[in-house]
Amino acid sequence: MTHSSDLTRLTAAETAARIASGRASAVEVAEAHLARIEAVDEKVHAFLHVDREGALARARTVDAKRSRGERLGPLAGVPLALKDIFTTEGMPTTVGSKILESWIPPYDATLTKRLKDADVVILGKTNMDEFAMGSSTENSAYGPTGNPWDLTRIPGGSGGGSSAALASYQAPLAIGTDTGGSIRQPAAVTGTVGVKPTYGAVSRYGMVAFSSSLDQGGPCARTVLDAALLHEAIAGHDPLDSTSVDAPVPPVVEAARNGDVKGLRVGVVREFAGEGYQAGVMQRFNESVELLRELGAEIVEISCPSFDKALAAYYLIAPSECSSNLARFDAMRYGLRAGDDGTRSAEEVTSLTREAGFGPEVKRRIMLGTYALSSGYYDAYYGSAQKVRTLIKRDFDAAFGKVDVLVSPTTPTTAFPIGERADDPMAMYLADLCTIPSNLAGNAAMSLPCGLAPEDGLPVGLQIIAPAMADDRLYRVGAAVEAAYHARWGHPLLEEAPSL
Amino acid sequence: MTVTELVSYEDALASYDPVMGLEVHVELGTRTKMFCGCSTSLGADPNTQTCPVCLGLPGSLPVVNATAVESAVRIGLALNCEIAQWCRFARKNYFYPDMPKNFQISQYDEPIAFDGYLDVQLEDGEVFRVGIERAHMEEDTGKSTHIGGATGRIHGAVHSLLDYNRAGIPLIEIVTKPITGAGERAPEVAKAYVAELRELIRALGVSEARMEMGQMRCDVNLSLRPHGTETFGTRSETKNVNSLRSVERATRFEIQRHAAVLGSGGTIVQETRHFHEDDGSTTSGRVKEEAEDYRYFPEPDLVPVAPAREWVEGLRAGLPELPRLRRNRLREEWGISEHEMQSVLNAGAIDLITATIDAGAPADQARKWWMGELARRANEQGTELSALPITPDRVARVCELVADGSLNDKLARQVIEGVLAGEGGPDEVVDKRGLKVVSDTGALSAAVDEAIAANGAIAEKIRGGKVAAAGALVGAVMKATRGQADAARVRELILEKLGVQG
Repeated sequence: MTHSSDLTRLTAAETAARIASGRASAVEVAEAHLARIEAVDEKVHAFLHVDREGALARARTVDAKRSRGERLGPLAGVPLALKDIFTTEGMPTTVGSKILESWIPPYDATLTKRLKDADVVILGKTNMDEFAMGSSTENSAYGPTGNPWDLTRIPGGSGGGSSAALASYQAPLAIGTDTGGSIRQPAAVTGTVGVKPTYGAVSRYGMVAFSSSLDQGGPCARTVLDAALLHEAIAGHDPLDSTSVDAPVPPVVEAARNGDVKGLRVGVVREFAGEGYQAGVMQRFNESVELLRELGAEIVEISCPSFDKALAAYYLIAPSECSSNLARFDAMRYGLRAGDDGTRSAEEVTSLTREAGFGPEVKRRIMLGTYALSSGYYDAYYGSAQKVRTLIKRDFDAAFGKVDVLVSPTTPTTAFPIGERADDPMAMYLADLCTIPSNLAGNAAMSLPCGLAPEDGLPVGLQIIAPAMADDRLYRVGAAVEAAYHARWGHPLLEEAPSL
Repeated sequence: MTVTELVSYEDALASYDPVMGLEVHVELGTRTKMFCGCSTSLGADPNTQTCPVCLGLPGSLPVVNATAVESAVRIGLALNCEIAQWCRFARKNYFYPDMPKNFQISQYDEPIAFDGYLDVQLEDGEVFRVGIERAHMEEDTGKSTHIGGATGRIHGAVHSLLDYNRAGIPLIEIVTKPITGAGERAPEVAKAYVAELRELIRALGVSEARMEMGQMRCDVNLSLRPHGTETFGTRSETKNVNSLRSVERATRFEIQRHAAVLGSGGTIVQETRHFHEDDGSTTSGRVKEEAEDYRYFPEPDLVPVAPAREWVEGLRAGLPELPRLRRNRLREEWGISEHEMQSVLNAGAIDLITATIDAGAPADQARKWWMGELARRANEQGTELSALPITPDRVARVCELVADGSLNDKLARQVIEGVLAGEGGPDEVVDKRGLKVVSDTGALSAAVDEAIAANGAIAEKIRGGKVAAAGALVGAVMKATRGQADAARVRELILEKLGVQG
């Protein structure tokens, strides 16, 4: 088993290199990860569905290509955990909801297609808060996921399955989606790397919608370079998504290979501090700012006065869009159908199905959004929230006039215990305080590990924010910080996690 | 439900002034749907022209059909509208099983075209200007078929069948401003407006606009106000009035019904109503107790539409001649009355006649054949004139053969019969059936001699100078030659043989 477990500890870049050079076969790599899932996922519960046969079939294809002497792509044969929000032809896609429990999509998301085209080995689908609504993965209809650092704690959310899969070495790569922080906050609390690309950089076609104007798929990994390799594989214009950016993908891999912050102007957002921020989180964050200064960056304090309204605006825009996006789950064409005993009208069956199929947080947001869009309330709620959104964009524009990137803690606290905030939605919403402004503005942001909080020994995330379409800056800065920390710690942070 | 006794139309108009608002939905004839690549062709098996997008499957996203936007802009321009510099789609949220996403992608406060007008001509030539509020783009819903209910409506149905082939077909909704001042001619104006709009849509080539196929559907909003008052009364909205005649009848019925309710001291309920083709009445549908809240908001899955000005001007320059102007021009060129032109329009013969003239036929001849013999045959077969298996080119050739004397009218009718029967072009039918006019003296001489011999008394009259009597002998010769003789030549021969001057 030594050999197998070695394979699960490799980075994606190392794995691809081994497969390409023949030092490991793609099938061996896939089998090692499937064995790891078998061994630990009962405890972690990162996966909702494991596609053993599909993964091995893809791996065999990669090995066959190699034996025929075909050129392999940079991620050929590398296993990946796919958030269960992207459609996969012939494989269940539940979005963490009972309402889609039995749904097998007839089509692949553009992102799924691109992964397949890149010969990435999709191991299965990962757990998530229902319809990506949550910051802890506790809102999954299929039960919570444990944080590999402490299984009694949350792995973040909504993409807790993906972050936990990475942190427990069940996959070297994962896909997340970030509407208000669902890639970055899980990365922060599990000591992994997560990137929310510029809005429109990764196609949303086949990504089940929560809030269309905020949703953005992106890469999750254990290293900055791995995230960049995955970013490059999934990004790019898609004619099936009208909001997809029609411009070349920024040179993220090149940036990740050339980490450097010399002469870079780094802004520290004054508003991301104070009440609610854990002392150990602020300590590690402040050390990171010092590190950046030592590495040659110029540190500038920046004020973004509208950010304190971001959470309120987000909780009007996201529920409004979701109330409309989730209207299609009406039991008529797919998914759950409840109460259809032959006596009830279509309307009654729709109501009963939605009652039975949606969890409390989803219902809360549908109701909130329905109300916010109602005639007579639209201007006060949805309309005002859009104005706040404009103000936040202006704050960012002003900031990026002065600095190249902004930094902040990714989330105010380390991983909290499962159940602690389950009955307190407001406390839960605060987990996304630092991540939400980037979703509202549509720019790019990354979270990467910056140490353990002294008081609880749990990972802290550093958030880097770059202007829209300057995603490569995240990788250039992230790679420099990562290299410096690895040198300081003598190893990646994740090696300090307890073995499961 | 109490049945209201109607007030006579004249009495209704004596007290009230009708105000109308017409909403017309036109299905565009684009090859693919509004937001996906599915075919729009009619008549396919249910649910065979669907994909993740038009079925609203989780994760799917819409992409705007550029041709539909172009059609919308052209319709807007032809309706003298302003074209938006920048506009967005909006979601209209409501639940209905035939709506896959439970919202319709439509346009709300930013229509692609707004503030225009359409001049419509009534049968007596009077021109009435109808203001256009807006024209906006949206997608059609699927089609529900309710099984087991008495009325074909959802109430009382045992189950319903859903066909999503229609879901996502591009629609343009054209909404008029309140139409006031039509008075007693309101039903006529409503009909003429829809007819004119249909002609316009066809002239633009953006839809066949066949009402009987549901490609064009009309909702009639109507209210009455006492003469001399400004405020509009409460309106009723009669949905899916789907023929020109029905538009007129529904308007007329609602005027009489509203007048009856108001006259007896009642109040009009704001509601939708169903129109019944059989007796021309309307009945109450869904009561709109309060305005339905569709929770419109800008469609976040689509980017705004911002038609470039040069592009719009290019489209404006390429607009065809407006149907009404074209009709008036042709009417003058052809030298016919308003009434005759109306008949041509009603018969759907304008383009056919024009094409026949373009192929070389004189206007009167072209019109004579299409409105006479061909209209009669189309009528017999219960088909549209344009569906007859004969082309304007062939009709023009028949005219030419008549003009050069190769055919007379009787033979020409036989040629047309042959062409319609699939025997080939006019020349082929002439050959195969041997239908040439006979003017050769040798061939006619014997027949003329026989006719003279058989009609001695008439021949005597002619010899005596009663030249007019020659017609009877000509008729006898024509009969004997089964219509193929050249009548003028026959007459010459008769007079020649009887020694009189013509």
